[in-house]
Amino acid sequence: MANYKYVGKDAVRIDGMDKVSGAAVYVDDMDFGPNLLHAEIVESPHAHALIKKVDISEAMKVPGVVKVVTGEDYPFTFGLYMQDRFIFARDRVRFVGEQVAAVIARDSKTAKRAAKLVRVDYEELPDVLDLEGALKKDSVLLHPDLDKYSRCPWFFPRKGTNIAHWRKTRKGDIEEGFAEADEILEDTYTVPRYAHCAIEPHVIVGLYDMAGRLTLWSSSQSPFTQRHVFAEALAPLGLTHKDIRVITPYVGGGFGGKAGVSMEIIGCALAMAVRGQPVKVRLTRAQEFYNTYQRQGVIAKIRLGCKKDGTITALEHTLHWDAGAYVEYGANVVNAVGLSATGPYRVPHVKIDSICTYTNLPPGGPYRGFGYSEFHFGLESHMTRMAKKLGMDPVAFRKKNAIAEGDTNGYGSKMNPGDIQKAIDEVAKAVEWGKKEESADPDKKIGKGLALFWKAPAMPPNASSAAFLKFNEDGSINIAVSGMEIGQGYLTVMAQVAAEVLAVPPERIRVETPDTDRNAYEWQTVGSHVTWSCGNAVRKAAEDAKQKIFDTIHRGCGLPVDSLYLEDEHVKSRADASFAMPFKNFVINGIMTQDGTWRGGPIVGSGMFMPEFTSATGDPETSQGGHPCVHYTVGAAAVKLEIDQRTGKMRVLKTALAVDAGQAINPSLVRGQLTGGLLQGLATVLYEDMRYSRKGKLLNPNFTDYKIPTAEDVPDEIIPIIIETPQPDGPFGARGVGEHTMIPAAPMVADAVEDALGLRIKTMPLTAEKVALAARGIDFGSLKTDSIGFCFMGSDPADYDFKSRDSAATE
Amino acid sequence: MSEKITLTVNGTKRSVEIDGWERLLDVLRDKLDLTGAKRGCDDVACGACTVVVNGEAKKSCSLPAKRCDGAEIVTIEGLASGTEVHPIQQALIEAGAVQCGYCTPGIVMSLYALFTKNLNASEDEIEDVLEGHLCRCTGYEAIWEGALLAQKLLKKNKKK
Repeated sequence: MANYKYVGKDAVRIDGMDKVSGAAVYVDDMDFGPNLLHAEIVESPHAHALIKKVDISEAMKVPGVVKVVTGEDYPFTFGLYMQDRFIFARDRVRFVGEQVAAVIARDSKTAKRAAKLVRVDYEELPDVLDLEGALKKDSVLLHPDLDKYSRCPWFFPRKGTNIAHWRKTRKGDIEEGFAEADEILEDTYTVPRYAHCAIEPHVIVGLYDMAGRLTLWSSSQSPFTQRHVFAEALAPLGLTHKDIRVITPYVGGGFGGKAGVSMEIIGCALAMAVRGQPVKVRLTRAQEFYNTYQRQGVIAKIRLGCKKDGTITALEHTLHWDAGAYVEYGANVVNAVGLSATGPYRVPHVKIDSICTYTNLPPGGPYRGFGYSEFHFGLESHMTRMAKKLGMDPVAFRKKNAIAEGDTNGYGSKMNPGDIQKAIDEVAKAVEWGKKEESADPDKKIGKGLALFWKAPAMPPNASSAAFLKFNEDGSINIAVSGMEIGQGYLTVMAQVAAEVLAVPPERIRVETPDTDRNAYEWQTVGSHVTWSCGNAVRKAAEDAKQKIFDTIHRGCGLPVDSLYLEDEHVKSRADASFAMPFKNFVINGIMTQDGTWRGGPIVGSGMFMPEFTSATGDPETSQGGHPCVHYTVGAAAVKLEIDQRTGKMRVLKTALAVDAGQAINPSLVRGQLTGGLLQGLATVLYEDMRYSRKGKLLNPNFTDYKIPTAEDVPDEIIPIIIETPQPDGPFGARGVGEHTMIPAAPMVADAVEDALGLRIKTMPLTAEKVALAARGIDFGSLKTDSIGFCFMGSDPADYDFKSRDSAATE
Repeated sequence: MSEKITLTVNGTKRSVEIDGWERLLDVLRDKLDLTGAKRGCDDVACGACTVVVNGEAKKSCSLPAKRCDGAEIVTIEGLASGTEVHPIQQALIEAGAVQCGYCTPGIVMSLYALFTKNLNASEDEIEDVLEGHLCRCTGYEAIWEGALLAQKLLKKNKKK
């Protein structure tokens, strides 16, 4: 293990003081003066309807209303990976809550009042609220012009269907693989939609000034990507990238919900409509649930073949995604899963179909885990069941089949370093795997579960990061990067990376939040990739500055460059032990030579990083041939769960999660990701449950009815385990961990429920009521009534005939 | 209908014009430029808007400002003194209880009200207070540790 001074240490968060003192500024905290205008969105009450007429005349009469804009004002499409949306719905609406118009007024009350007076005439269309309805031969099409949309080259929409993208991965010969198998297990698992629930709602303020400059203050994970999407969408109005500036101060939680562009396009468009005046769009909590992105639902059918000795021979994994009304970002979730749905296993014969389907529900999109949480629920549940079918211990079965460095994955790339075997051993030990435990209370049962996980960042092959670094007169440093501090501790980690290279303590380094005018480029803060990608850029920027320091010292003091090194904010020399030049003596003003002239100048560094080995050129029919993923982070988690058989109420007595971070730049922050992500994952399986009316309206868009955990819902004991098998191309060996920590939560709980009660539940969530009913032989799905709403995923997957629907779709 | 109320905010007397049932959170944020208290849900579920009113932690997003006429209010901005952060703030940093920071001011203010009333609050009482705050980042464990550390630091300070 390398001996680092700042890397691998629990440096205190550099944004801690800002945040505990109330000094940290979020977009809604910024003061734009008395000229600030406020907007209210006019929303569709229908899941699917044609817009016949929009009448804004009554709204315009309200005193204080400045402007009312509708889809007619913006005939431009936008989207990250596929341009399938208008800024405001124009010809038709495709989900309840979709923006049809917006009222801009002097104050928010007036805007709200006037929005109610905007009269929209609709002609209702048949709606498509579930996958079964979307994939029939005669299904109503949400996007009749699907094939005409501009899109990234790795999406394959099916003309004349609701299928927006179909990712196929084929390896080996699937029939041969099943012929080699002694046991074949086939079943279907369903995972419904979920909400991110960042505590800060989305907010954007836009100002299009009289000089033609558009500035957006946005609560975003993706300032540069937003600028790019805005520039593309508004190019018809004459805007170019240099005219658009996106500033992102602190963000109150993201979890994927503030990636890409969702409601921000509204703020951008409205700013253009009221030139010279700033305008704010702030979502309510309810809008936060239904008009940003939701995590997509999936029905996954798995067929797994194994030999008697436990060797996996074949995996067929078909995933139908309920992607919602627009898939400009969500289709890439489907794509990522289509490549990686083998999970962290060595599988010789693979057939994966990951199918992105439009429905008249809110748009699906990125959510911490990017599809991996969704497919791991079925896959890991299935692995345990296969092990039991073979009479093997589920842990032994996993250890036998787990992927190792150098193995070939589903699309033909070689697996990167990572110690999943150690992760399995550590978490199994932590929960005393194999030891049957009894509760002292006869009404309670204890069960154990264990699940593996892997995940790669899902990004375009050329997604990149850059960094600017500059010294100040006193030897302190400012770094201007554009990754986003969304709570994970990114700013601190970047400071630690630079600190290690430049021998300056992290507390003497300030890392700035993004401003696309001034900070260096970053693609997006998603995919758990910024520690790795931007960390590399910062490291290179620091190395660049270091070379300039050496050059200055060489020219100013005459010492040979190869004798120089940095220590404790000084330049020292192996050639002269007495030489120790403090940074503050020269990093701005240089060094005076004997004749009174000066050498050097302000020390600045820049760095860039792009993975140069990735490509998205895989064959559309097999995915073989490209290198779409940079690397996978692997790990395992286990749980000891106590269940009250009377109520179904579950208590996590103990849980352990081990993740291979490569090199934890800041172990305390990694543990923070681990405990936070694990609870977010546990919440998706134990508590959170999205419900819709029969007409596609979300019924529980608030924290009272959509239950996220409170301080009373935490596990009794969490054991975070960090494994470090260095990533060769990571900064000091680091790779990302942020999303991974929530992935194993759901399947390990499902396993523990089966272990305790002998019940296998194949539909998420596993709420207390569902478990209690299942224990009495009652299927929760069969009880659905209008009063409790629907999750539209189908609680009894046996009802779904995928074969016929697949063939209908391909015809 | 607008009326004038007087609040003592972080020790300073402030007069503000308010409209009808305007909420305290809006008055603090929009009229007094004290943006430390945050808006998260608008229906007293998340606790990000918590401030201390006459010694009690209150969710200001639903509290009519007119009911606070004459009240003593402490917000996150009033907690640190000079260059010294409050021990509760120090404890939350040290415990790693801060991630995105949006829920943090509310949690600090609830703990401040609790420990000001009763420095010997039991673990159950501390848990009751934390239960009123939603945090999506941390998994609460570090917040819990931070709260216990804050109590310890405050007790130590009192002995001095």
